Amino acid sequence: MSRREAAVRIVLPAHLCTLAKVSGEVVLSVREPVTLATVLEALEARHPVLRGTIRDGHTGRRRPFVRFFASRQDISHAQPETVLPSAVARGAEPLLVIAAIAGG
Amino acid sequence: MSRIRLFVGTRKGAFVLTADGTRRDWRIDGPFFGGWEIYHAKASPADPQRVYACQWSGWFGQIIQRSDDGGASWEPVGNQFVYSGPTGEHLWYDGTPHPWEFKRVWHLEPSRDDPDEVYAGVEDAALFRSRDGGRRWEELAGLRRHPSAGTWQPGAGGLCLHTLLPGPRSPRLIAGISAAGAFRSEDGGETWRPINRGLRSEHIPDPEAETGHCVHRIAMHDSRPDVLFMQKHWGVMRSDDGGATWRDVGGNLPTDFGFAIEVHANQPQTVYVIPITSDAEHYPPGGALRVWRSTTGGGEWEPLTRGLPQTHCYVNVLRDATAVDTLDPCGLYFGTTGGQVYASADAGETWDAIVRDLPAVLSVEAQTLP
Repeated sequence: MSRREAAVRIVLPAHLCTLAKVSGEVVLSVREPVTLATVLEALEARHPVLRGTIRDGHTGRRRPFVRFFASRQDISHAQPETVLPSAVARGAEPLLVIAAIAGG
Repeated sequence: MSRIRLFVGTRKGAFVLTADGTRRDWRIDGPFFGGWEIYHAKASPADPQRVYACQWSGWFGQIIQRSDDGGASWEPVGNQFVYSGPTGEHLWYDGTPHPWEFKRVWHLEPSRDDPDEVYAGVEDAALFRSRDGGRRWEELAGLRRHPSAGTWQPGAGGLCLHTLLPGPRSPRLIAGISAAGAFRSEDGGETWRPINRGLRSEHIPDPEAETGHCVHRIAMHDSRPDVLFMQKHWGVMRSDDGGATWRDVGGNLPTDFGFAIEVHANQPQTVYVIPITSDAEHYPPGGALRVWRSTTGGGEWEPLTRGLPQTHCYVNVLRDATAVDTLDPCGLYFGTTGGQVYASADAGETWDAIVRDLPAVLSVEAQTLP
């Protein structure tokens, strides 16, 4: 890994773990500065099956029932270019991709 | 001996049911894609091992799955459904203009000739096609560019293209859209015309309008592609001219509301419907689950009840949840919102449940294997 890349940890919802055939956290090398957009791009590059499941594959907008939590903050409404909290950007804490709780 | 394979789509996954030609003992595999809604799964007529399934969730959207081993294993393929050209607007529930938005795939129709070619009927209503086994999808935008499209309005289930009938020996395509009506193309989907003359729908301002009818399903026998049968929101209809005109063939049915309609695989005059009480009460009349059969192409119907619950049954049978096999006698299948899959190995005379406790069934497709 170059000095300008960070190891970012991501926790995915169970259905997306199944779809991507991963268990536990996904660890990705992401070029700094680490933003939501660069993390999602790296995730979709590693697991193309996830394209369109977290954010719309055409517009790039977050899907309505998906949320992003980082360092105990809901950053779902932050601009995709917003730099992630340093604890997440340096891999000390994971970025949580959350599926909204709903019945049915 | 022949084998039968059923692909069952449910609210919580897909199941594959297999039996030999006696259709007595069934093996049940699944759930595949557990927890996801499987609106439809269907095998290619050109390659029986090639199967397509549409997997959807309100959280994560649309996934298209493909199997090359008859449903034993699956691979996600393409999930990008992008409308071609200007997005355009249709009418929303409140009558205001609303931009076309892709929500989900309702129906997959593999091509008769090419295992890599498959059509997808989607919500908001449009027709897509893939020619590379489901990896890339392209809209056949002529349908959505029909001048009436701006007036199309969703039914309770959404503005969805749920029925697609490719002609057996021609580039004809017939599409059913809730709640826009039936449309026909004679050039493989480039241009379309509404085919709703003779339909009457009291829920629209002009009950005999050219479009706006809530078509629930259309069925056809390959030997007579001009003869079409339709289960409409209210009304069981027949056309003898490829949809140019329709006439009511509900006859003595207890109610002409319902979702499913099916044609016998070997007797093109024999038609099946499963009447549902009303648009307000989506269960069989009197709590008795009955398949009604006409051997005269509609008009005169008889109830088929042996083996079906005749008391306290309040399930629904959705539009894509019936199927026939091509054995003799013809096998008939349907799934219910209560999770039962019923089978008849004698063209509807007697029934038995293959399985009783699946999630709500959205679709059933039957495949007859040598």
